[in-house]
Amino acid sequence: MQRKVVLPGEQIEERKGRKLGSNVYPENDNVFSKVLGITKVNENEISVIPLAGVYLPRIGDGVIGKILEVEISGWSVDINSPYIAFLHLAEAVDEFVDTSRTDLSRYFNIGDVIFCKISKVTTNKVVQVSMVDRNAKKLYKGNMIKITPSKVPRIIGKDGSMINLIKNKTGCEIIVGQNGVVWLKDGNKTKAIEAILAIEKKSHIIGLTEKIEKMLGE
Amino acid sequence: MIKKGIKLIKNGKRIDGRLAKQLRDMEMKIDVISTADGSAKVKFGNTIAIASVRGPRALFPRHLQESQTGILRCKYAMAPFSVDERKSPAPNRRSIEISKVTRLALGPTTFLEDFPKTVIDVFIEIIQADGSTRVAGINASSIALTSAGVPMRDLVSACSVGKINGTLVVDLNGEEDNNSEADVAFAILPSKDEVTLLQMDGLLTKDELIELLNLAKDSCKKICELQKGVLREKYKSE
Repeated sequence: MQRKVVLPGEQIEERKGRKLGSNVYPENDNVFSKVLGITKVNENEISVIPLAGVYLPRIGDGVIGKILEVEISGWSVDINSPYIAFLHLAEAVDEFVDTSRTDLSRYFNIGDVIFCKISKVTTNKVVQVSMVDRNAKKLYKGNMIKITPSKVPRIIGKDGSMINLIKNKTGCEIIVGQNGVVWLKDGNKTKAIEAILAIEKKSHIIGLTEKIEKMLGE
Repeated sequence: MIKKGIKLIKNGKRIDGRLAKQLRDMEMKIDVISTADGSAKVKFGNTIAIASVRGPRALFPRHLQESQTGILRCKYAMAPFSVDERKSPAPNRRSIEISKVTRLALGPTTFLEDFPKTVIDVFIEIIQADGSTRVAGINASSIALTSAGVPMRDLVSACSVGKINGTLVVDLNGEEDNNSEADVAFAILPSKDEVTLLQMDGLLTKDELIELLNLAKDSCKKICELQKGVLREKYKSE
């Protein structure tokens, strides 16, 4: 079984007063897809989940970022998006820091990897991230891989079923950012990466959890 | 443009054995360049175009950025070995013009306003040229953009039509292109029936032009089906 794949410009359904979700546009009371993706239609909303594309930051997303630059009162962070995020000192460090005397690289230096939360996005796409979150932390060692951002929900699965399966079978510590960056540490990393890439490739197929379970069981 | 004395149509068949309204054998393939966000190869007979899309990505230098919208950059280039006599790889008047018309053909279909301050780069490389290279490039970049996940109103399908030895024909090859009485490059958004590219070279009457445009529209729709097929192929269930 497979869900419906649509192409740009393809009509999905009549609108009938429903809300427009992401990646669709209306025209003469019909709703069309903007991207190559999978339709998601219910009685309230029409949207399309894209099968490719870049990450666009949204407030509240947990993302994995890499420090690009240390600035006077914060850090520039690469969040695997066309837009660079800024991490302000006050949202990163608990203690009082005298910026005139301290070099901020003692907290985060260039190349450090952090798990943070998107705290602000303006219409002109000025992005700020924050470490004021219970999951936010600096990530030491480990490996990073990049996947298509729209496939992150598939990697995590329903209530984390897929990611927990991979964690249990391989013994890896895995963190998945909404921006499509996956961070892995310890355990059988090769096997975990293999499974994640397989999910990314077959994300449009239903009944994937069983297939991955079989794959990891071998 | 008008040259006489060369017989390009004999017994109703063209020099490569096609009928007047027949397209060449076409072949399309996506994901031919692994480092690009989206890429495609389109083959129209002996014409081969490769398009690669990078982006949306941050645009530098910053003074080129538009704060309300993203921008689209297209670059059309012919490889030095694509034609009989070596072509200089430097951009020339012709390739700058084609880059521009490609950008204008693709621009109205992309939702650039979803990506302010960014750029979408489209690189078209013609590795083998035998007529109708610009339309092959547009077809390739349209599927490359789609497979890169760029939001678009519709696919763009293009084809060339023209008049040789007084006959209206579809999809001109190199020989026909060089000796044609007129040739028209044409691109549409197939499901909206909107024209995004129309260039004409040579002489045609009004009726001939209208007939040619109808022919071109039908051919574009055939090409669109192929484009859709190749994009769907990737996400077929096993």
